[in-house]
Amino acid sequence: MHEMSLAEGVLQLVEETAQREGAQRVKLVVLEIGRLSSVEPEALRFCFEAVTHGSIARGAALEIVEVPGSGWCMPCAATVPMTESFGACPQCGSYQVQPTGGTEMRVKEIEIE
Amino acid sequence: MCTVCGCGEGETRIEGEGHAHSHVHADGTVHTHAHEHADEHAHAHDDAPLGVHSHTHRHADGTEHSHAHGHDGEHAHSHDHDAGHQHQHAIGGDLDYGAGPAGAHVPGLSQARMVQIEQDILAKNNGYAAQNRARFDERGIFALNLVSSPGSGKTTLLVKTIELLKERVAICVVEGDQQTSNDAERIRATGVPALQINTGKGCHLDGHMVGHAIGRLQPAEESLFLIENVGNLVCPAAFDLGEHHKVAILSVTEGEDKPLKYPDMFRAADVMLLNKCDLLPYLEFDADLAEANARQVNPNLTVFRVSATRGEGMSAWVDWITAGLEAQRGKRSESVEVLKRRVAELERQLAAK
Repeated sequence: MHEMSLAEGVLQLVEETAQREGAQRVKLVVLEIGRLSSVEPEALRFCFEAVTHGSIARGAALEIVEVPGSGWCMPCAATVPMTESFGACPQCGSYQVQPTGGTEMRVKEIEIE
Repeated sequence: MCTVCGCGEGETRIEGEGHAHSHVHADGTVHTHAHEHADEHAHAHDDAPLGVHSHTHRHADGTEHSHAHGHDGEHAHSHDHDAGHQHQHAIGGDLDYGAGPAGAHVPGLSQARMVQIEQDILAKNNGYAAQNRARFDERGIFALNLVSSPGSGKTTLLVKTIELLKERVAICVVEGDQQTSNDAERIRATGVPALQINTGKGCHLDGHMVGHAIGRLQPAEESLFLIENVGNLVCPAAFDLGEHHKVAILSVTEGEDKPLKYPDMFRAADVMLLNKCDLLPYLEFDADLAEANARQVNPNLTVFRVSATRGEGMSAWVDWITAGLEAQRGKRSESVEVLKRRVAELERQLAAK
């Protein structure tokens, strides 16, 4: 997908926070990426390394916390696990499932010094 | 949803409603009651002595009430955490790795040096999009974001739509492509202003680019603002531009299963135009199946079958745009009315002083 612009968005958030905190260096960046967010973690890792080059986050480790997908199935009236966006309910096979978890793309925290 | 591991919470989430539970008193009577969570409500679950549970809650009549009770049976407890509500699970000897300032444990790291950000990666774009939407709404402009794969006939469709509407409403167009200004030139040939945005290596338009385009084009009040996104069925789904609706275009020379292959886009769209329908007699494309596939990923999708080159079905699509324009005008004049009333009220107060 658009991992390059996402990596730039991550760097922007990291730089703003590091500056506010008066950090010299960013050692670790923790992201939360949902399974249903259509973000490819490996591609994001690659782009992150490219965009952080020459920035305060140069050489920072990237930790990606993958959030499992879940959705609300209308016929079952229950939260069910989902492995793909807009997939069928694993219990009843219906497609009336509204994704409720695993769509996030967030910068969770950073470690600075 | 827990932000560390993603584990789910209770299934029931009814905002503003309290929860009911029953418990057995010392004398053996069973007592069921409901209480509102708007009130301050502290709950302590001490594991020893086994299952004893005490809590304080306020009744509807305002009396405060504190008691302890034992749990023999199961006790399901689920509630919305938005309400002012404190929960303490003091289970002796438990380890809480999430109690530090970072709210999570990272082996080998001191939590004091972790800085929480907890921000959506797309927050910046969403901020720009919200500004764009506010500018559109202020001026009563109806904005559409047209998305599709390359070659579905977006530009031809735009040209035909403009020809049908330009006598009735002011229109301006933003064209997104990686390179060339060919599309903007095709639009300008119809006589309406168009701005080409070349994204270079980029695969989509973003809220910031469109904000600049609004500044450059200066769309008229109560006009139609059309954005032709970069031909790409993946990335533009995630980037809000401030439009009122995304319109996905699928042509019958593509596969019927495209909505299933690229579900994000068809989910993000409110309208799907099935274009090039004049070619159906020569193809094996099953239009009903394509529609069913699109509705599988998005049951609320509005579908129009059109042929931009022949004009079939275009009137229904144009009617839909006209209704949208009217709704925007209505919304604007309503807010102008509200402001006028407020001005009158303030003037009256001023005169009374």
